[in-house]
Amino acid sequence: MYPSRFHYEAPSSIDEALQLLSVYQGEAKVLSGGMSLIPLMKLRFASPSAIIDVNNIPGLDDLFEDGGQLRIGALVRNRAIIRSDVVRARYPLMTSVAPQIADPLVRGRSTLVGSLCHCDPQGDWGAVMLALEGEVIAVSSSGERRIPVADFLLGPFQTSLRPDELAIEARVPAPSGQPFGVYHKLERKVGDFATVGVAVFLELSGRSIARAGIGLTGVGATNLKCVDAEQALIAGGLDDRTIDETAKLAAAAGNPQTDQRGSADYKRHLVHTFVVRALQAAMGREPIDIRQRRFENVASLV
Amino acid sequence: MAVDEISVGGLGARVKRVEDDRLIRGKGNFTDDFKLPGMLHMEILRSPHAHARIVSVDTTKAWAIPGVHLVLTGELMAQRNLAWMPTLSYDTQAVLAMDKVRFQGQEVAAVVADDPYIAKDACEAIEVTYEPLPAIVNPMQAVAADAPLIRDDKDGQTDNVCYRWEVGDKAMTDRAFERAARVVKLDCFYPRSHPSPIECCGTIADFNPATAKLTLYMTTQAPHIIRTAVALVAELPEHMIRVIAPDIGGGFGNKVPVYPGYVVATLASILVGRPVKWIEDKTGNLISTGFARDMYFRGELAIDHRGKIEGLRIAVDTDNGAFFSDAQPTKFKVGLLHSAFACYDIPYGHLTSQGHYTNKAPGGVAYRCSFRVTEAMFFQERLIAAAAQDIGIDPAEFRRINFVRDFPWRTTYGMLLDSGDYDKCLTLALKKLGYEELRREQAEARKQGRYIGIGISTMTEPLGAGNSREFDIIGIKMFDSAELRVHPSGKAVLKIGSKTQGQGHETTFAQIVTHELGIPSTDILVHHGDTDNTPFGMGTYASRSTPTAGAATSMASRKVRAKARKLAAHLLEVSEDDLEWELGRFYVRDAPQRGATIQDCALAAYTNMPDGLEPGLENHAYYDPPNMTWPFAAYLAAVEIDPETGVWEVLRFVAVDDCGVRINPMIVEGQIMGGLAEAYAMSNMQFITFDSTGNCIGANYMDFLLPTAWETPKWELHEVVTPCPHHPIGAKGVGECATVGGPAAFVNAVMDALAPLGVRNIDMPVFSGRVWEAITQQHDVAGYPPLPGH
Amino acid sequence: MEIKQIKVTVNGEPRVVEVEPRLLCVHMLREVLGLTGTHLGCDTTSCGACTVLLDGLPVKSCTLFGIQTDGHELTTVEGLGWPSELHPVQEGFREEHGLQCGFCTPGMMLTAAALLEDTPNPTDDDIRWAISGNLCRCTGYQNIINSVQWAARKMEAVHGR
Repeated sequence: MYPSRFHYEAPSSIDEALQLLSVYQGEAKVLSGGMSLIPLMKLRFASPSAIIDVNNIPGLDDLFEDGGQLRIGALVRNRAIIRSDVVRARYPLMTSVAPQIADPLVRGRSTLVGSLCHCDPQGDWGAVMLALEGEVIAVSSSGERRIPVADFLLGPFQTSLRPDELAIEARVPAPSGQPFGVYHKLERKVGDFATVGVAVFLELSGRSIARAGIGLTGVGATNLKCVDAEQALIAGGLDDRTIDETAKLAAAAGNPQTDQRGSADYKRHLVHTFVVRALQAAMGREPIDIRQRRFENVASLV
Repeated sequence: MAVDEISVGGLGARVKRVEDDRLIRGKGNFTDDFKLPGMLHMEILRSPHAHARIVSVDTTKAWAIPGVHLVLTGELMAQRNLAWMPTLSYDTQAVLAMDKVRFQGQEVAAVVADDPYIAKDACEAIEVTYEPLPAIVNPMQAVAADAPLIRDDKDGQTDNVCYRWEVGDKAMTDRAFERAARVVKLDCFYPRSHPSPIECCGTIADFNPATAKLTLYMTTQAPHIIRTAVALVAELPEHMIRVIAPDIGGGFGNKVPVYPGYVVATLASILVGRPVKWIEDKTGNLISTGFARDMYFRGELAIDHRGKIEGLRIAVDTDNGAFFSDAQPTKFKVGLLHSAFACYDIPYGHLTSQGHYTNKAPGGVAYRCSFRVTEAMFFQERLIAAAAQDIGIDPAEFRRINFVRDFPWRTTYGMLLDSGDYDKCLTLALKKLGYEELRREQAEARKQGRYIGIGISTMTEPLGAGNSREFDIIGIKMFDSAELRVHPSGKAVLKIGSKTQGQGHETTFAQIVTHELGIPSTDILVHHGDTDNTPFGMGTYASRSTPTAGAATSMASRKVRAKARKLAAHLLEVSEDDLEWELGRFYVRDAPQRGATIQDCALAAYTNMPDGLEPGLENHAYYDPPNMTWPFAAYLAAVEIDPETGVWEVLRFVAVDDCGVRINPMIVEGQIMGGLAEAYAMSNMQFITFDSTGNCIGANYMDFLLPTAWETPKWELHEVVTPCPHHPIGAKGVGECATVGGPAAFVNAVMDALAPLGVRNIDMPVFSGRVWEAITQQHDVAGYPPLPGH
Repeated sequence: MEIKQIKVTVNGEPRVVEVEPRLLCVHMLREVLGLTGTHLGCDTTSCGACTVLLDGLPVKSCTLFGIQTDGHELTTVEGLGWPSELHPVQEGFREEHGLQCGFCTPGMMLTAAALLEDTPNPTDDDIRWAISGNLCRCTGYQNIINSVQWAARKMEAVHGR
């Protein structure tokens, strides 16, 4: 309930933030939304000697499409993503996942970039960004790095961000053709971590699939990209036989653990079920999930 | 003219709550809101191990932190004979551990500092060395041949059994089973849960060295019991202890026991001579305070060829944790479990029960349970549902065949029912649900591979503990009390021995006085919670307040009315026999336009007394209830299961409650809906479990799940009223009915949906993963600890 | 020990507060500013009893450092409504029995007030969704929904929205 002591820094520019990162040499944590970091600090699972609060740095909360990419600044809150017209119009997977993260109060503060940097294996954005083949933009005194999300998420709470780097943006390639995307998450209640989460992204042209992305939450040491399943889907196109094969490959890709949320078998089965449902929806079939309709009525609210 | 009872806020009026004025403004006074001059803060260091020897405790670094005033250990407590304390079940419980820790989260040390941040820093600086021991996490392990002895501190304790209890007629029951056309059996588990009010437990212990008076601000549902218990345990004179229970943010039984933190804070205050505040955090609350349930049930029904139940066998094992500390009446080691099947006419029954020590937090009786009646009624309705399914009778019809219909009625285990109309309640519930129609829909849905289920739960439960012949807690009888004083202006003050934690007593008890005297409820102020200013009461839990303190309020009001009659006679210059009473007023029988209002009488009590009559208009009552009260409920749940994921949704929930006369229907409905939400929680998501090394899973809100408004179903409420014949205003109490009867409705609905698969039982919480397993493997799913694979 | 001075507007009043960086916003409100209407109910950012409005948006004040509010505006339950008049949400909670123990109520009302600013005619499901970060143990939620609907109707009648 009571964090340990720390030095508090509130830089007002990226340069200042970078200077502070090098001063503290890896002993500092960056604070953006704080919805993952502060709870850890309150339980004293994290006791950084310094906090670098980036909330006062201007220009980090822009969300816009530019040059063939969606650009999501480090301080763009989940709430802003939920309410964004451009996201709703062209990035349906992001519109699907954002309202399912935590609860409405937490979504008002938490950020996409922060979630990627926190790299919780049960974090939802990791699966989505893997499916969308997004990237993280990191800056340091030696310049800028563009890091594909697949190379960014290394393991539980471990990213490839260097101690002197600040993540300032995430980017997602803009879709050409018709984008389809849905995130199925089994949570026991609002605010629970996923028992299992499945992100499915398709770029369709007619019945053929130009791009496919499948990302998983809660079935491995970090979010997983189901490369084999994606390739099977692109090769086979959207039909029942391919859907079945894709779902099997995705279910086999993870390594879920039995815990209080369910058995490993159950979690593998859920991955299979959610992939099938997502792809059937992509084919235009009515969703049979009895919760789905009720959720869709409120998903754009907060 | 009589005043209109509803418009002055008497019985049946939907009076808006008096409590709300301060609470909606954020001006409530909860224990953590008080700041006393010089106040210090206490934090507790808890054991990370479930079972371990304490090798050493080094507090040097903690003492060295600036702002630390006191570091307490078991050794320091022992110097004052306070390392151990008696429990409400005649066992002992460690206050701060000395030899061993016996559950994860057990209190090991405490720090008192200028603020809680520093106190926490200092707790982290205390170095404790442990030698872990094997942990026991269920009763089967507790009685295994190689089980370690948990209570090696107790002389003469050679095993991990803490009680045995039995009731009923074994011989006659055995004969009933021998004769039976059919025997139905069911084993199931009621998982460990926790009342978990949003506000945690805490106290401000303020020992004033100048006056030697100890004041305890405390989150307690039973301030007088606390005062007496603290006097005994701390050996302080009882008249110099004042317990103030201010606004309480939910109790549900969690705030009845005496917790080690209270005792440590009290000693700390005595030692430093300053107020010491201890407010636990949610982890401390969930991992160490009075949990609920954790009971293993084996039940059997002997049934004749017509579907009539002729015999009942129940055997339960309870998991009581490391210390036997249940807050329940002395005579009943497993509470009122023997109220099970009370609403059914079953001639012979036998019940045996055994309690076990395990390496888990102590407790078991809590969480709106009416003293283990939650367990009784859950198992009852699960066994009834299984029997109906096995025999092939419609479950509503099966209940009708077996309902008690004549009152008074002696139950299978010897309790006395006094009123009810069970058939009427069930019939109303079925009608409101559209039962027949829904069964047809279910049949159609099955053909399409959809799984719809309907669950029924009916029960009558004993409330209002309780009569002095049978009920006491640590020897104190379970009466309750009220003191009423009417001022010259006709306004009144009522002081009661109960203590609300959200049930609205400041509003409803005033309504009882209004009913008896006709004084508008807005003219009556209700005091409770301060032991210096209220009569002795046993507190609010087990839905006992309206049956006991409510009855005392009524009796005290009637005594006041009797004196007012004398004053009225004096004012009207007639004899008392010439007077009649209507609400708010005495009038002359032969000249009704001549009258004296209650307000006239009140003024006269101070200004115009007849010769020989003491001034003033006040009285008190201590009420020893003649019997329990017996509300009844019929709950129906309709659910649909998604067979691919095992997720189930509640389609409808219909509740018919007969709680006798309703003082304030708005408040009664609120109690029912709150209880139903808890029933849903337990059936769907909420539990505490353990892995094989005794790690507690469910010690924070990420693992111990409370449903949000999004998951919680909508409730359809209806009522039947059969007044209680022995209660002064015919009320029965209702605070816990929905929590008691609700869970079985949900579980029976899921089981009904899965019936064609031959599945008979899934233990709560009925997680989607368990449902999926039941569907794909077509077998029952158990849910007791340890967590599989851990 | 590092103490910093911050300037934060609380319930419309500019305040200068001295805080240690690790002091949580909820403790700053309760202990330093004496505003005890905001409550603490858990330690995992789950219950929402600590909800306040930060620049008009509901946030969990237990998961925010006090120092982060420098230059911002906080509204607590004490600032809901006006000295002479209750906020319609507060009235609604009383009219529709939306509270029992009252512990979750301040947070619940602030979340509801923010919802109604944004969505003046919410459906019951909109309300359930919006308050899904605020736990209540007493009411079973149904009367809370009714309370917010009562407030929505009153605000529409008064402001003609």
